[in-house]
Amino acid sequence: MFSFLIRRLLQSLLILLGVSMITFVLLYWLPADPVRQIAGRSATAQTVQNIREQLGLDQPLLVQYWRYLGNLLQGDLGRSYLQRTEVSTLIMSRLPASLLLMAGAIFAELLIGLSMGVVAALRRGSRTDQVLMIVSFVGVSAPQFVVGLLLLYVFAVQLHWFPIGGYGTFSHLVLPALTMGILGSGWYSRMMRSSMVDVLRQDFVRTARAKGLTRRRIILRHALPNAILPVIAMIGIDVGIFMGGIVVVESVFGWPGIGQLAWQAIQRVDIPIIMGVTLVSATAIVIGNLVADVISLMVDPRIKIR
Amino acid sequence: MIGTAEKPSGAYAPDAAPVLQVSNLTVSVNTEAGLKSLIRNISFSLNPGETLAIAGESGSGKSITSLAIMGLLPPPVVRVTEGQICLNETDLLTLPETRMRDIRGNRIAMIFQEPMTSLNPVMTIGAQLSEAIMAHDPIGRREAHTRSLEALTAVRMSQPEKRMSQFPHELSGGMRQRVMIAMALALRPDVLIADEPTTALDVTVQREVLELLRDLQRDLGTAMILITHDMGVVAEMADRVIVMQSGQMVEEGNVKQLFHAPKEDYTKALLASVPRMGDGSGAQEGGKAGASIAEIRNLKVRFDVRGGIFGRVTHRVHAVENVNFDIHAGETFALVGESGCGKSTIAKALAGLLPYTGQIRIAGSEIHSLTRAEAKAIRRDVQMIFQDPMASLDPRMRVGDLVAEPLVIHKIGTAAERSERVAMLFDRVGLSAAQMERYPHEFSGGQRQRICIARALALQPKLIIADESVSALDVSVQAKVLELMRELTEEMGVAYLFISHDMAVVENISDRVAVMYLGQIVEMGCRAQVFGNPQHAYTRRLIEAVPVPDPTYERPAGLRLAGDIPSPMRRLEDTPKLAKLVDIGEGHLVAMPD
Repeated sequence: MFSFLIRRLLQSLLILLGVSMITFVLLYWLPADPVRQIAGRSATAQTVQNIREQLGLDQPLLVQYWRYLGNLLQGDLGRSYLQRTEVSTLIMSRLPASLLLMAGAIFAELLIGLSMGVVAALRRGSRTDQVLMIVSFVGVSAPQFVVGLLLLYVFAVQLHWFPIGGYGTFSHLVLPALTMGILGSGWYSRMMRSSMVDVLRQDFVRTARAKGLTRRRIILRHALPNAILPVIAMIGIDVGIFMGGIVVVESVFGWPGIGQLAWQAIQRVDIPIIMGVTLVSATAIVIGNLVADVISLMVDPRIKIR
Repeated sequence: MIGTAEKPSGAYAPDAAPVLQVSNLTVSVNTEAGLKSLIRNISFSLNPGETLAIAGESGSGKSITSLAIMGLLPPPVVRVTEGQICLNETDLLTLPETRMRDIRGNRIAMIFQEPMTSLNPVMTIGAQLSEAIMAHDPIGRREAHTRSLEALTAVRMSQPEKRMSQFPHELSGGMRQRVMIAMALALRPDVLIADEPTTALDVTVQREVLELLRDLQRDLGTAMILITHDMGVVAEMADRVIVMQSGQMVEEGNVKQLFHAPKEDYTKALLASVPRMGDGSGAQEGGKAGASIAEIRNLKVRFDVRGGIFGRVTHRVHAVENVNFDIHAGETFALVGESGCGKSTIAKALAGLLPYTGQIRIAGSEIHSLTRAEAKAIRRDVQMIFQDPMASLDPRMRVGDLVAEPLVIHKIGTAAERSERVAMLFDRVGLSAAQMERYPHEFSGGQRQRICIARALALQPKLIIADESVSALDVSVQAKVLELMRELTEEMGVAYLFISHDMAVVENISDRVAVMYLGQIVEMGCRAQVFGNPQHAYTRRLIEAVPVPDPTYERPAGLRLAGDIPSPMRRLEDTPKLAKLVDIGEGHLVAMPD
């Protein structure tokens, strides 16, 4: 277990290094010039040149990257071009909100998706199954900003059950988490259904029935633990999908997380913030996958660590 | 509670009231065309302590019968449409599901064919056993644990305490089947249904499990329904036999009477096609010593196992160690041994599907020394037929195209010539050219294997590797496919490397035999030498373990088997000891203990 973790952590560092390199190069090649954004339209060529030198943007790409990497290793993500604040401070002030949203979304999608999948599998071929699968299909295919606005209109504007936007209490969390969760629950319900259908056909389920166990016990103790194994690995991958969705959903609900931060930074070509958010997201994805693998390892005795 | 009813004890008592009575049982499946019966008018009774074998080939309805008794038919598609199943005085078919659940696993228990998949992979053995006991007896976890341990001990499991906390994948097939038996017999049921309990096991393990079943049944007085396709198992285990064919009972009778004076034609034909072991005589020895087609020298195949932080090789699986043999033109050379002995690995190396060290010479050319193009040309001389014909035929291709494919790959002939050749091959393997346009699922298992043989023959190979090619077939079909293979050697001079775990089949088809154990050949010689005068202890053990299809056969007592075969996985520095083969006369090679 220990050597497995060490190896995976080393791999993770390599992945993050790769991500930083690719993002850095892409941003460097961007047609938009950050210096123009900082200096404003009326700035003279001399001012522009001064700012460029001040930020070190006149150096060759390799030098810039090397310097960035050196700072990064000391935990320094640089300063925002426009806000004159440390990027790490900005991110840390907004990360908790995003993590909270993500936790809420994962909870929502697992709750909705897994229960829909299990029910559909147990009633396979019935009307219930058909309806649930249509619902999940809609969930998968509906764009998040549409789902978000729809939920806002129905539950906030019309019914007044939840606030329209903002951050702070549990009721603020419900709608954004649901918006993100609905997409995932569509995936999970389909995956859980096919996994469950597959497991219910297995010989050991027949053995469980031959033992004279109750249906409830067969499902909860034998079918479910086996059916959920492939789903666990999926949760790790899901964190990546969330990072994309978070930008949209945070904008719709005015949620003060890193998604909004990233969105503003992209508009203003504030490269240090874009880099920082990208690296934090990549770290989250890597950790998500690692956690999913470790959980799989713990619940499935057949997986051997090598 | 039902579980507290008095259990019968003691041995088979033919005069006692039957414990299970099945009358006029008809099971049907709902299809779009209406109800279609799967089994019709099955009637039999089972006496306390008796073993009743239900024998028949695939599709005969024997498993449906057992599932109907257990109340485990898949509803609502398959259901009992007529008849009664009475356990003592209770008609099981009228019971509600909750009452039926009290009976399942408690008074009627079942063992299934596939020990590898019949246990829950994420639950410990102990939990699965305790669960079965606690489902019927209102006892605590601690007591259930104690009783599970007793049950494991009763099935002669080695280190039962340790097994309790292990998971199924840590146990071998034979051990898992013991767990299934322990689970089934822990509550001392009145009736035990064993559905092909040893079919998936190696022959020596099968012997142990059969003996265990017999001993336990004698001690507990359980009545047993043994479902099997293997007439050898029937002869050894059963008191009475029912022969089934396409959903109907063909014949019923006492085991001795049925084997020695079968009344029905189907029973006679079934018994006639069972491969029987003799002493290896009757072969024309020496007559087939053609030029050698394949020469295998010092063949080694090892698989690396990696571990640690940097993924270094820490262990190796020594799948094949220093194997030498020749195959001559027109002969059938058999490799026998139990699962994991390396016989299929040799086949794959020979077919160029695996990297190996050592020399393989095909038709005089050393494979390692050839260029890519030359190696491809040589491949034409070696073709393979696999165990599962359905899995080795692409379901979306017409069978005519499947057979023509090797010709296409090697760019032989025009389209018209190819189709003519395919038609000829179809005719040769006993299919009609009109069937070329069909898809694999439209054929039966035996026909599919004929298609695979036709495909292997397309390139006119010198050597065909048949890896367990008849193992999945019913005996009557198996006999015909073997006959076809034999004819092909005589007509076309093709040689076979025949790989099988089935000693009786090997004895019937092979000219020369090599017995493999843990990656090495332990005995090799012509059929008469190996079967008539087996010298190595392992060869004897294999031959002894084969069930004999003769109920009057007295098995020599005192044969104790040494349990599971050790793992071929070894640490890097630990190389296996190589067996030294000694010629004990006329080319009969035996590994000598030193």
